[in-house]
Amino acid sequence: MSRKSLISIRDFSKEEILHVLETAREFEQNKVQNFLEGKVIASLFFEPSTRTRLSFETAINRLGAKVIGFSDASNTSQSKGETLKDTIKMVSNYVDMIVMRHPLEGSSRYASEVASVPVVNAGDGANQHPSQTLLDLYSILQTQGTLEGLTINMVGDLKYGRTTHSLLQAMSHFNPKFIFTAPEELKMPKEYKDFLDSRGIEYIETTSLNEHLNDCDILYMTRVQQERFTDLMEYERVKDVYTLNASMLGEVRRNMKILHPLPRVTEIAQDVDDTPYAYYFKQAENGLYVRMAIISYLLGYR
Amino acid sequence: MTRKELVVSALENGTVLDHIPAENVYKALDILNLKGIESQITIGINLTSKFFGKKGIIKIADKFFEDEELNKLALIAPKATVNVIRDFKVVEKKKLVMPEEIHGIAKCRNPKCVTNHQPISTWFKTIEEGNEISLLCHYCEKITDSKHIF
Repeated sequence: MSRKSLISIRDFSKEEILHVLETAREFEQNKVQNFLEGKVIASLFFEPSTRTRLSFETAINRLGAKVIGFSDASNTSQSKGETLKDTIKMVSNYVDMIVMRHPLEGSSRYASEVASVPVVNAGDGANQHPSQTLLDLYSILQTQGTLEGLTINMVGDLKYGRTTHSLLQAMSHFNPKFIFTAPEELKMPKEYKDFLDSRGIEYIETTSLNEHLNDCDILYMTRVQQERFTDLMEYERVKDVYTLNASMLGEVRRNMKILHPLPRVTEIAQDVDDTPYAYYFKQAENGLYVRMAIISYLLGYR
Repeated sequence: MTRKELVVSALENGTVLDHIPAENVYKALDILNLKGIESQITIGINLTSKFFGKKGIIKIADKFFEDEELNKLALIAPKATVNVIRDFKVVEKKKLVMPEEIHGIAKCRNPKCVTNHQPISTWFKTIEEGNEISLLCHYCEKITDSKHIF
């Protein structure tokens, strides 16, 4: 019995989120499973993303299933002008599930409507990336022991940061408090603040990284990209303001952990890696278990 | 009959769509697929209205519409009125109700939305905030506001 697709984190109820996280914990303890033996899953990456693709393909392999697919649309019939619908319908005939990354927003939602198998969105343009959100939640749960009542400080590019928007929506089930640390140009957009207001969730905004560094349980760092700035002088001014160094961590909460969706460039200094607060590499590893859980759940095995 | 009524002739049977913002009359014709039909259509644009400034009127003889079809006009003419005419008499007056979803009419403003690159019919949920209407794209989840709907 297969279930629906996972296109956006909002497709999962709070109970489903917790169930998938619980399943991920099972897989972290038992990495080799075989119950998907005989199944074939498609990995359709219409634009490259080595990290996510390898994570999904490893997850599929570790569950005992086989993978078919492509990692770049330029070698496929897409370049001959075949519609997305035709490609998806064709692949649906061969496989039990489709994992898909595509540069156009809404492409995965559309694919889930024309496919005859469940679809997992591995990223549609700047829109959704739900498996990232789930692995972020898993990492938070793992380090804090709970998802309830935490203070999350999101730093960097909150305007375009897809992962921050998605994490915000997912955490809203769990009575959080938010701190938004960003330069003026990259502040959290109004629609998300309205979303929080409508749910009575508190948040503070600041442009200073130091101001609330010691007030949070989770420090979620994102990269501030030059391309996002219309005023380059403004970029030059802020690019180092949101860089984290080990020396800044003297008075943070003992349970605090630093997350980052990766790749990190300069925003987290190398010397942070050796502190007990750095969790971003383990966070990336957790992606494997979470993706195994998503796939198992959607195919009805968990 | 008053002077105003004589400007556009009366219908024996049919539907009168009144108080359409003058600039949206052509769009209204498109939305209701009136361009190719055989019924007699009378169109008035830039008629003066006490309350609405310049308005447009569309009178379609011998044609009647389902509410569902008419309500699509709410996007571009939220204050329009519908008069159903039989034997020269107004037998029903209707106001438009904004539908919860709009299929196939408006365009998504997001250039990276899949609906702007693939042969897919658009699908929006309508959001009403006071007098402002905006459309939430079912696919890319971005909002197109009322100024950019067409």
